[in-house]
Amino acid sequence: MASVIMPAVPSESRPGRFGIYGGRYVPETLMAALVELEHAYDAAKADAAFQAELGMLLKDYAGRPTPLTFCPRLTEALGGAKIYLKREDLLHTGAHKINNALGQGLLAKRMGKKRIIAETGAGQHGVATATVCALLGLECVVYMGEVDMARQELNVLRMRLLGAEVRGVASGSKTLKDAISEAMRDWVTNVRTTYYLLGSALGAHPYPTMVRDFHRCIGREMKQQILEKEGRLPSAVIACVGGGSNAIGAFYEFLQHREVRLIGVEAGGSGMELGQHAVRFRSGTPGVLQGTFSYVLQDENGQIALTHSVSAGLDYASVGPEHAALHDAGRAEYVSADDHAALDAVVKLARTEGILPALESAHAVAEAMRIAPAMTAHDILVVNLSGRGDKDMGILARELKL
Amino acid sequence: MPIRFEHKPGLVVYLTAGDPSLETTRAIAIEALDAGAEVIELGVPFSDPLADGPVIQRASERAVARGVRLKDVIALAGEIRAARPQAGLIVFSYLNPILRYGMARFADDAAAAGVDGVLATDMIVEEAAEYLKEMTRVRLAPVFLAAPTSPDERLQAIAAHSRGFVYAISRVGITGRQQSLTADARPLVERIRRWTRLPVAVGFGISNAEHVAQVAEFADAAVIGSAIVELVERSTPEAAPGAVARFIKGLRAPQAAPAR
Repeated sequence: MASVIMPAVPSESRPGRFGIYGGRYVPETLMAALVELEHAYDAAKADAAFQAELGMLLKDYAGRPTPLTFCPRLTEALGGAKIYLKREDLLHTGAHKINNALGQGLLAKRMGKKRIIAETGAGQHGVATATVCALLGLECVVYMGEVDMARQELNVLRMRLLGAEVRGVASGSKTLKDAISEAMRDWVTNVRTTYYLLGSALGAHPYPTMVRDFHRCIGREMKQQILEKEGRLPSAVIACVGGGSNAIGAFYEFLQHREVRLIGVEAGGSGMELGQHAVRFRSGTPGVLQGTFSYVLQDENGQIALTHSVSAGLDYASVGPEHAALHDAGRAEYVSADDHAALDAVVKLARTEGILPALESAHAVAEAMRIAPAMTAHDILVVNLSGRGDKDMGILARELKL
Repeated sequence: MPIRFEHKPGLVVYLTAGDPSLETTRAIAIEALDAGAEVIELGVPFSDPLADGPVIQRASERAVARGVRLKDVIALAGEIRAARPQAGLIVFSYLNPILRYGMARFADDAAAAGVDGVLATDMIVEEAAEYLKEMTRVRLAPVFLAAPTSPDERLQAIAAHSRGFVYAISRVGITGRQQSLTADARPLVERIRRWTRLPVAVGFGISNAEHVAQVAEFADAAVIGSAIVELVERSTPEAAPGAVARFIKGLRAPQAAPAR
């Protein structure tokens, strides 16, 4: 009996694999929906009308293109490389997440889905999804860990105001990982009517590819803008990496330009012990979490480890599979910045440039601050400032004793 | 042992291994087999059981907190095998603990312990090349899940690569009790049978004698999971094996009311 669907070895090149990483590791109930989504996305991607509608919304609703801002006072204070910020913080809703939420929201509408579910960590993806659902007239349920609801309360209130239902998740570490599990349980149960609007470059195929594609505009604009301003490509592009959506969007256009260093910054948290950080590329090992094969923080028995970061958006035990492949191939470097470095970076950027970064994005700023002094004035660092810091005022007030 | 269902319907009992303790799980498994269960599924506790409802989530969380490892579950399987040579024994796990243990080492150790088959919740046929190779090498039966949402081409592949039996998910959703069996189960089993002569077991939400009798009309076996895990949760460790045995005996009695 010949089977239409054949088992294939993971290293085989096929859609949804990044080197050996990625793939689809989900309950069978979701497979039909993932295949339907893959086909719908492929069709939408090739459809000029879909792309035109998305382009119009990105421009007139979300505010693209975002500026590339030179930081004269920060550059001078550090005394090395010239520092530029890609200003995703200026987008509607305050972070890059709206790029993907608009793309997938239009796709859900095109697929005839009326009910949208999403997970959120820092709340930026939840706010972006709630916003898009309001715009398109779709029902919206957002899952959020109870720890994250407490530390990002402003975003919980924004989601509710926008008409979304926020469902707290009290299992496990009560953070992003648990919110994703609960969203997947909802999806498994309501898969016939519901669209899962996943917010990072994570999960089963086609999500990592689709989410990356919706954020590719970041790197595309970045490249054009730096060429206009400086006439050459940057020495490095720096972005924070939780699941890794803003980073993969920023990196993708530069992959072919091997002279441009790509630096992803993970959350160093409060210490080196397992449970105190989210540095997957230092102490993680390849494994399967929530649909994809990638680096995972886990114990020696394969139980997923707890994580910690001052930033809810980076507080996750796994990482997008394309980053795992870029790591192994040596094309991107992954470093970490701890909670203190991120908080210092918030203050520094606020007081030299008048820009308040999200705690997540501050990890990328911290890495730029670390490496810029040893570089020359000829070097250019472009930091993807993925979001703004208003949402973090409660944490900042407490941590910085404002 | 090849997996056989000699009763109609066969009964497959899922237990979260190590909840409340490995010794209690062993005692429950043996009592369950003696009460008429043909197959025991030993659930490997996992920190992030995303296909499971609240009952198995809680049991899994308790067992993880107690430090129950895949290694312990394989050893437990070996003890059950030694005590009941005719029983069907399946290891039921999320993929990550198996990957961390090492696929080949897992296959060797599970086979050596006398396990008959493996069900990996988040392993679909397309990703299963290495897994199937290892299962075949040590003659373990890979059991794949089939869902009401699976189109025929997927059911064909699932049937072609499963051994022992095919596990039909009774409804679209996660594990846990339900009031009545949904209309999804029968057509799914009928579609599966177009592709295989393997027995078909129906699981998810099967919690009483009425459900079991309904399943018997169109499938070969019923899988009881959350209802038993919840019964164990509500019982003392000493009382749990007896309570589970009584519950199982009540499942095949046609006139029996649901055990409470």
